[in-house]
Amino acid sequence: MSGRTGQRAVRLTVYLACLLPLVRLAINGLGGRLGPEPIRAVELFTGTWGLTFLVITLAVTPVRRVTGWNWLAGYRRPLGLFAFAYVTLHFLTWFGVDQFFAIRYIGQDILKRPYITVGFASFLLMIPLAITSRKAMVRRLGKRWATLHSLVYVAALGGIVHFVWSAKADLSTPTVYALILVLLLLFRFVPRRSARPRTAGPRDLPTPVP
Amino acid sequence: MNPRNLTRQAAQPLRQLRLYRYRPAGALSTRREPPRSAAVLSSHHPLAPDHRSHAVLIRRAPEVPSSEITPESLYLDRRSFMAAASFAALDLAAPSLGRARARRVRDDEKPTSYASITHYNNYYEFGTGKEDPSENAGGFKTRPWKVEIAGEVAKPGHYDLDDILKGQTIEERVYRHRCVEGWSMVIPWSGFPLRNLITRVQPTSRARFVEFTTLYDPARMPEQRGGVLPWPYVEGLRMDEALHPLTLLVTGLYGRPLPNQNGAPLRIHVPWKYGFKSGKALVRIRFTADQPANTWNVVAPNEYGFYANVNPTVDHPRWSQSRERRIGEFLRRPTLMFNGYADQVASLYAGMDLRRNF
Repeated sequence: MSGRTGQRAVRLTVYLACLLPLVRLAINGLGGRLGPEPIRAVELFTGTWGLTFLVITLAVTPVRRVTGWNWLAGYRRPLGLFAFAYVTLHFLTWFGVDQFFAIRYIGQDILKRPYITVGFASFLLMIPLAITSRKAMVRRLGKRWATLHSLVYVAALGGIVHFVWSAKADLSTPTVYALILVLLLLFRFVPRRSARPRTAGPRDLPTPVP
Repeated sequence: MNPRNLTRQAAQPLRQLRLYRYRPAGALSTRREPPRSAAVLSSHHPLAPDHRSHAVLIRRAPEVPSSEITPESLYLDRRSFMAAASFAALDLAAPSLGRARARRVRDDEKPTSYASITHYNNYYEFGTGKEDPSENAGGFKTRPWKVEIAGEVAKPGHYDLDDILKGQTIEERVYRHRCVEGWSMVIPWSGFPLRNLITRVQPTSRARFVEFTTLYDPARMPEQRGGVLPWPYVEGLRMDEALHPLTLLVTGLYGRPLPNQNGAPLRIHVPWKYGFKSGKALVRIRFTADQPANTWNVVAPNEYGFYANVNPTVDHPRWSQSRERRIGEFLRRPTLMFNGYADQVASLYAGMDLRRNF
């Protein structure tokens, strides 16, 4: 990766790739190919992609440490914001389309249905993380930033619990997410030196985790 | 379409068919229905004479299949949702509530499209996704087919399907179908009342329940190779429920033979209960003295009961049952007590605690 243009091209490609699921959803939606229960299909699609991006974001640091590809660090924030965007779409579909702003039912559901309680809480939790994701905020918050942003694991866990509790019997997909999340979490407890087979340069300064 | 080929009832337009009307019945009911203006009842309205009901529609089987009466293109229209959604949005945006209401009434109990009924259902033997049955059941062979009649019955035996159907008059019945997951359809089944078969095989006085068993054949039902549910799928009814005239042995859909993905060649449909009570691809009907097990109750006893009557006041532990999404509609609609069949079936449960016997 040499030269600014090269880096920019890569960055643009990654961003466009992150938008692909949304483009696919839009094409299928406009083509009437979302099946007989399209609202549910949109909810499932955006929710699953939100969780997927969350897991990808959490994988950035472990992958960077194992491979020594430190340039990956620059993708953590945009990937996290894409996760937030998909989760927000997921929430808005439920709030504004599925429930059609029926506040009474929405309130009841949030209070009475544990899977919705957990899902809603996880969404709320992601808001401050998205707001404080800018570099200036990282500097301003210092050490507290890392503490705050470790909450992303809680949000991911909440998302998976939300997924499991909403399923009727087939838990195969949520189980896959849960396993990946556990692996990523475990990796965080692996001592840094042993997790770094290649020698890391002095530039590999401790960055806020995650 | 040759009118001579139609039976008298079948030749009637839809609005003149026999319609049962749901009425809120005392403590059991929670349905609140806004009064509809007189304008809605105007004579040009297709369902005007009895527009609010349309809970059941029974007619004798026309000799011309419904598929020839309703142009296939109409119910194969996959885009109908998009249209319905945009109309719903327009109606909501419109200042005239009356217009929105009129539209809702007209479409109130319109049969769900053939495409949706046959491409969106739960039939775990063919996969856990709702499109899976339509994708995986195509090659399923439904002939030859035998149904075992067993248990407390005077005429047990392995009956050939043709023997089961022999002498039965196939009727078309438009039933509401409410899934425990919160979606619903209106389905024009064809079949005959289960009671006709029951009286023929003569259960003994000890028979208090009926158990229905779905085929177990992992070679033909791919998901049975996995353990998502204990196989075979079993369901059961109390004898009075099984004998109820609404309980239907289904052999067809939209005037055609029952598609594999909907439970061919023989399934039941109990319209006042959640869909999982209605077993598909039945190979055994057993009469018992004791309450039989039912699969979902075995899997999650706190979530799925034996009775599983549609009841908007008793929620599933994880989600509300007070509303449902009718497939093809934009807004959720209120769920009706006993799925709108309270007039016909509420007496079966008189004095029972429906909260406990969910």
